[in-house]
Order: sequence, then structure tokens, then C-alpha cells
Amino acid sequence: MSGGEIYKILKERFGEKIGEFKDGHQPSIEIDKGIIKELAKFLKEDNRFLFDHLVYVTALDEKTKIKVIWCLFSYTYKHYLMLKADLDRENPEVETVSDIWATAEWHERETYDFFGINFKGHPDLRRILLPDDWEGYPLRKDYVPPEFYHGIDNRYKR
Amino acid sequence: MERLIVKAFVKLGLGSPPEWAILLIIGLIAGIVLLVFILLYEGLATYIERKVAGDIQLRYGPNRVGPYGILQFVADGLKLFFKEDIIHSQADRLLFRVAPYIVFTGSFVGLAVIPFSAEWCAGRLNVGVLFILATTSLVVAGLAMAGWAQANKWGLLGGMRAVAQIVSYEVAVGIALLVPIIHIGSLDLQQAVLYQKKGWGILGWTIFHDPFTFIAFFIYFIAAIAECNRTPFDLPEGESELVAGYFTEYTGFRFAFFFMAEYGDMFVVSALASCLFLGGWHIPFIEDLIKLPILHNILGSIVLIAKVMVLILIMMWVRWTFPRLRIDQLMALTWKRLIPLGLLMLLLTSLWDLVFDRKGFFELIGIIK
Amino acid sequence: MIRSQEMLINMGPQHPSTHGVLRLILRTDGEFVYDVDPCVGYLHRSLEKIAENLTYPQFIPITDRLDYLAAINCNFVYCHTVERLMGIEVPLRAQYIRVIACELNRIASHLIMFGTMGMDMGAFTPFLYAIRERERINDLLEELTGARLTYNYIRIGGVAHDIPEGWKEKCLEFINYFRPRIKEYNDLLSYNAIFMKRLGGVGVLTTEDAINYGVTGPNLRATGFKWDLRKNMPYSSYDKFEFEVPVGTGEGGKLGDAFDRYMIRIKEMMESSKIIEQALLSLPEGEIMAKVPRVLKVKEGEIYFAAENPRGETGFYIKSNGGTKPERVKIRGASFSNIHALKKVLQGVLIQDLVAIVGSFDIILPESDR
Repeated sequence: MSGGEIYKILKERFGEKIGEFKDGHQPSIEIDKGIIKELAKFLKEDNRFLFDHLVYVTALDEKTKIKVIWCLFSYTYKHYLMLKADLDRENPEVETVSDIWATAEWHERETYDFFGINFKGHPDLRRILLPDDWEGYPLRKDYVPPEFYHGIDNRYKR
Repeated sequence: MERLIVKAFVKLGLGSPPEWAILLIIGLIAGIVLLVFILLYEGLATYIERKVAGDIQLRYGPNRVGPYGILQFVADGLKLFFKEDIIHSQADRLLFRVAPYIVFTGSFVGLAVIPFSAEWCAGRLNVGVLFILATTSLVVAGLAMAGWAQANKWGLLGGMRAVAQIVSYEVAVGIALLVPIIHIGSLDLQQAVLYQKKGWGILGWTIFHDPFTFIAFFIYFIAAIAECNRTPFDLPEGESELVAGYFTEYTGFRFAFFFMAEYGDMFVVSALASCLFLGGWHIPFIEDLIKLPILHNILGSIVLIAKVMVLILIMMWVRWTFPRLRIDQLMALTWKRLIPLGLLMLLLTSLWDLVFDRKGFFELIGIIK
Repeated sequence: MIRSQEMLINMGPQHPSTHGVLRLILRTDGEFVYDVDPCVGYLHRSLEKIAENLTYPQFIPITDRLDYLAAINCNFVYCHTVERLMGIEVPLRAQYIRVIACELNRIASHLIMFGTMGMDMGAFTPFLYAIRERERINDLLEELTGARLTYNYIRIGGVAHDIPEGWKEKCLEFINYFRPRIKEYNDLLSYNAIFMKRLGGVGVLTTEDAINYGVTGPNLRATGFKWDLRKNMPYSSYDKFEFEVPVGTGEGGKLGDAFDRYMIRIKEMMESSKIIEQALLSLPEGEIMAKVPRVLKVKEGEIYFAAENPRGETGFYIKSNGGTKPERVKIRGASFSNIHALKKVLQGVLIQDLVAIVGSFDIILPESDR
């Protein structure tokens, strides 16, 4: 299925909550963050889509907001779809999809680790790649590394 | 021997020595000779193992220290001797120290009853086989102590596995050993070797006596490899799973003790197999031609040690070829396969004895009288 | 009163058989494992943040370190992602050379899996046989690229150097030498009774669970699901070669057990050797590098592209805002999801089975930790 067709069907069903559609190498659709759980269930189970493979969950830091990206793939129809949702920068929160695709559990932990996004309803949200007591969210554009970590000097030396 | 001691005592002006003094001195001398022998053998065995491993794995073994690397075991021994002896604070100190000695003793004491030749046997007991079986059980106690005393979960797992494994395989060893003993008629190892004299020193071997002892030999050999904790049964020290199993926390010379115990055990079980199944110290074909007793003794020991070395080489070959069994598969192997098979062999061999009037296969077909 | 307690054993970052710095916290009852919590992150080097400060060509040597046993494959995924984003057409000769290098590296990677699988099971010898083969591949690749482990060979638009003289013959000779070796490995280790008993029926992963947990690559094919990105979504002229995609058959006991995962990799080595032979015999003449400007400015856009690495589907998501440095690079490592699947598979096994299962998944930590 092409990106345009997917967009049409989703717009019919969810109406206002579906935003802009961009057709690039992979079709990408902006959505409202509140409908992600319903949308995810629909995309996984509907026979026209069958998006059974969640490739990754990540985020982008744009200056005024943080954008969360879910990339979906279907083994049956071989089509990709990227869903994007804008989140508030001060308190980024969105619902988890780890009960629909189990692999989301670790990908969401990684996104929390790097961007600080709180996934509501996640069974075990803690840092995964960085040490458990690290402060700050590194992949944000305004991140400043700490000067000392447990006594180790971390300042940038020329 | 005794006369020499009595003469020495008298010369020193101590008068006629009492019985127990003679026994004590003979025992000490025999013990020291055997200890030196087994230590030398272990050094060489580690060297041979590494060379055999290198051969199978398409590489050189050690070849730097001494000509062809033969002094490698001296270098290793010295290194282990000088290593720092660490006992960590949560270990049970007494058990930690005692365990290696018990394990080594269990495997070394069995050497006392093995007949190296017609006259050279350190302690001639009329229950030799029973003695060996009993002392190799000491190893179990030592391993359990070692596993527990380390206060390390991996060590504990290794110790528990070792206890389960050795206790189970001892039953198989015992049953498999009973099969030739039924023909020999005595538990004395010297008696066992003398029974196999007919047939020019080869055809009289118990292993050729009937097909059931043949199978019993293989049952014994497999169970013996398990007794020594060698691959494919080396779960207790499973290197890639439990770091080093029941001797994870041991360093320096105590670690060396466990190793020496393993190689000593290999020698003892192979020597037992040679004496009971493979003819012991009988020199094939030319035995009756050698009249000089000292030459007979020396050649006999050499023959026995050669047979032991062949069996040990087979054990090493098996070690570097096969992967390891899982613990429940190992238990299933002994309790469900080896022990019932051993009991069946015992039954059938007794029937053979009854039917054919204690004659072996080669006697029946008329080759030997 | 006798009371038994569960043990929390730490199969720590340093362990002879966890293939890298993986920490597994086991909740066991002696030998029986109830539950596993894999902890990753010991090898985290913040590659994604580094990528935001380097230009596109400067990031290529870093992709080598992503999965060092299959370094050319990682180079290739990154370069091809940028090429697709920019719309660059790679010349045919360069595509064939890339395929040859990638498949050689795939054989080398699977050889390590074969060797370490034997070693974990207690058979120490197959590892040295695998290393003997791998040395020959390393020599071939050293002649081609100049390095033995982290090759840094593929460039955006083509490859760095052309094939030296005489390399084609040496490579064909190696393929002819290698094919009978696979039969030797099957005789020595794969069909050994003890080995089959250790791996057969252990650690079964169903297709449904695999797709749910994001498992890709040989682990997914072992469950019986035929999916290979080289065949189903071909890239870089893989569609010009004839090769089969081995799928799990349940030889060892159950479909999707550890023996299937192991056997698939042995069969894949055979298929890779076929691809290399076909590519070498039909290597076209031509350029090895497309016309690419010196200072690479990538137009605005975003793309996700994944290729079939020896361990699974490794992909790059690149978002560019028109400059010389990317705005965001996200690396989707195959081993990250494979390790996550361990949580499901390792419930209710013995500790020795755990070692077998972790070995059969063939994970590598730098890809998971980035």
C-alpha cells in the first residue's frame, strides 16, 4: 500500500487527530499524541495494514518541542510507516505501546534514557544504556555534560 | 627389605627393632617412593596433555622451556608455588585449607595396592579393589568441603554437581568391576594379575574372557572418566560456565593440589583397569624367558606403566574432541543406562561361568590350555 | 524447619561465556533458572551523539566499531543510507565488490559463532579450526582493505580502493578450499550426539514471539519464517545472484530451538560462498566510485534503511537538515532486540542450557550498546 492510501484510511477513521502527511523515502504521518495506543492497535490488527514489526522508537529534539517517532513495518505487505507526535519540552509524556509490541519495552527505555520522555504505563521504566545514577538527558540539544562523575574528572581538556 | 632394616638398627646400636618400627619404616619408604613417582608422573602428564591438545588443535604445544618444552611443568610448578595465597574473608578457613589435602589423599592412597610387578607392591591387601573404591570416595567429601568453603555461589554450584556426579558414577564403577572379579575369584589385585597369566600374556586377559567382560570394560572406562571429572563429564569444573567451578577461589599451590589430584586419579583408575582387565604387569610372549628377578620386576613395571599411558592417552583424546554433557543427561546416562547394563553383564557373566565351567573364550576354542 | 530460598546469581559483565560485557541477573533455585534480567550498557560509547558533530564521511570509521566482527556490513549500511538519501547511483563494479566483501565478512562472523558455540559446550577444538579459516579471510581482506578487523573500506558512492592484482584468483582458491571444510565441521561437531542433545529442543522461540520482540536475522529464520532482506527487499544488486535462504527445520528436536539457530548459520556460510563465487566470476569492469562532491552536503530529508547483517537487521535512521553534519543518526542494532528476546526464552531452563541459548543467539554487545 502506498503512503497516500494509508493516510486516507487513517484520516477517515481518526479525523482530527491525524495531521500532516509527508511522502519521502518512508511515508510519515504526524499524529496527536493522545491516540497512539488506539492507533497502534488498529494498525497492528487491521487486515489492510498488519504492521507487526515495530522497528524502533526514538525521538528528535527540535528547538521548541520534542518529537517522538515510531517506525512500523509489515512483513506481509512490505510497507513502512513512520508516526510522529509532538511533545511538550518541559514535561514530555506519551502512552506506551509495549503491550502491543513487546519490543517497545526496551526501545522506550532507551528513549527515556536519552531524552527524558516519560512513557505512561511502562512496566519498568529505568535507564538502560547509561548508568543508573546519571543526571541529564544526553541527546537533547541543550545538554551539558556533568563536570564530575563519582570523582572522575569529565571536563573537556584542550 | 626387612633384613636390611634390622641390620641397620643393630649397626646403629639400637638393638633389635620391634615389629611396628619395621612396618613404619617400610611404610615411609614406600610412601616416599610412590609420592616421588606420582609427582614426576603428574608433571609429565600435564606436559603430554598440552602437547596432545596442541596436536589435535593444529598448533604446537609448549616448546620454549627446555628442549621440546619438556621442562614446562617445572616452570608451572614453581610459578604456582610462589603465587600469593589468598583466603577471602568470608570463606570458612578450616574447610578451605583442609579440602585440597583430602582430595589429594583420596586419589593418592589408591596407589598403595597396585602391583607394579610380581614382587613390587607397596601394600598387599587381600581386599585391594574394595580399598581403592573406598578411598576414592574420600574425594567426594573433599569436593563438598571445597565447594562450600569458598562462600562463592559459582563454587557452591560446582561442588554440588561434583558430589552428585561422583557418587552416582561410583555405583557404575563398582558394578563394572565386579564382572571380572567373578572370574578371578578374589579382590586381591596381585591375584587378579596372576590369574591372567595363561595365553602368552595377551590372550589370557580378562577382557577377552567373554563378550560380557568386554562390554564391562567399556562401562568401567566411561564411568572412570566421569570419576576423574574429565570432559565430557567435567561439569564440576565447567570452564565456560562456572568460571572454574569448585576451585574458583583457590590460588597458588592449593589450586595445584586439585590438579594433581585429578591426574593422580586418572593414573589410579587406569592402573586398576590394566590390572583387572588388561593383564597387569605380564610381559607378552617373553615372560618365561626372563629369569633374573630384578629384570623381571623392572620390565613388568614398564609394561604396566605403558598400558596405563595408553589408557590415559585415550582419555586425553576424548577430552579434546567431545563437548560436555548437561547435568541431567549425565545423571540419566548413569542411572538409566550404565548401571542397568552393568547389572545385566554381571548376570550374563555369571551364567557363562556356570555353563562353560569357568573357561574363557580362547580356552574354549582350544588356543590356550 | 527446612526452608529453601531462591538464589540471585550474577552472571556478571566478566564471564567466560556471555560473549562480551553482558550482565545477566538470574533468579535461580540451584540449577533451575526462573527468570533473567539482562543488563546492557557496559559498552555504551554515545555513538549517536558523536555523529551529530562529525561530517558524513567522518562517521564511517566509527560504524566499524559498531559490530566489529562484521565491520564491512556496518560500513555498508551507513553508506548506503546516505546514498539513498542523496539519490546517488553507485556504479555496478563497486556494488559487486561491496557484495563480495560483505559476504566474506559474513562467513568470518559465522565462523566465530561456530567456534564459540563449540567452546561453550566444552569442545575446545572446533574453535581453533574456525580461527584457521578466519585467518585466511583476514589475510584476503587485509590485501583488499589494509586492515584485519575494522576495515573502513566502503565510502559514500563506492569503495575506497579497487581489487589488487591476483586477489580474484586467491579468493576463488579460498572458496574452493572452504567448501569441504563445512562438511568437516558437520562431521566433527554439528552431528555429534552429545552436541545435538545439548542443543536440541532447548530455548524454543516461536515466530509470533520473535516478531513481537523484534528479533530479526538468522534467529527469526530459525523459527521457520522465511525472511531475508537480501531476497525480499533486495539492495546493491543482490537480486542478480542465485542463492537460497535456509530456514529452520526442527532437525534437533523442536522447530526454533538452539540447534536450528546454530545449523542455519552453518548453511548460510555455504550460501555466502556461492554468492562470492558468482560475484567474482561475473565481476564487471568500470568505475569504483560515483561522482560525489568533495564537501558532502546532504539535502534535507529523512530516511530509514536496513540491511541484512550477520546478526539481523541493522538499520540507520538519518535526519538531515541540509548541512554537512547530520541532525540525528539513530542506529537500530540487531542485537538490542535479540537480547531483549532472551528475557522470554530463558524462563525455566537450567544454567547449562542458558549458556547454550545465549551462545546460539549470537549477540554482540557493541551493536546493542552503541
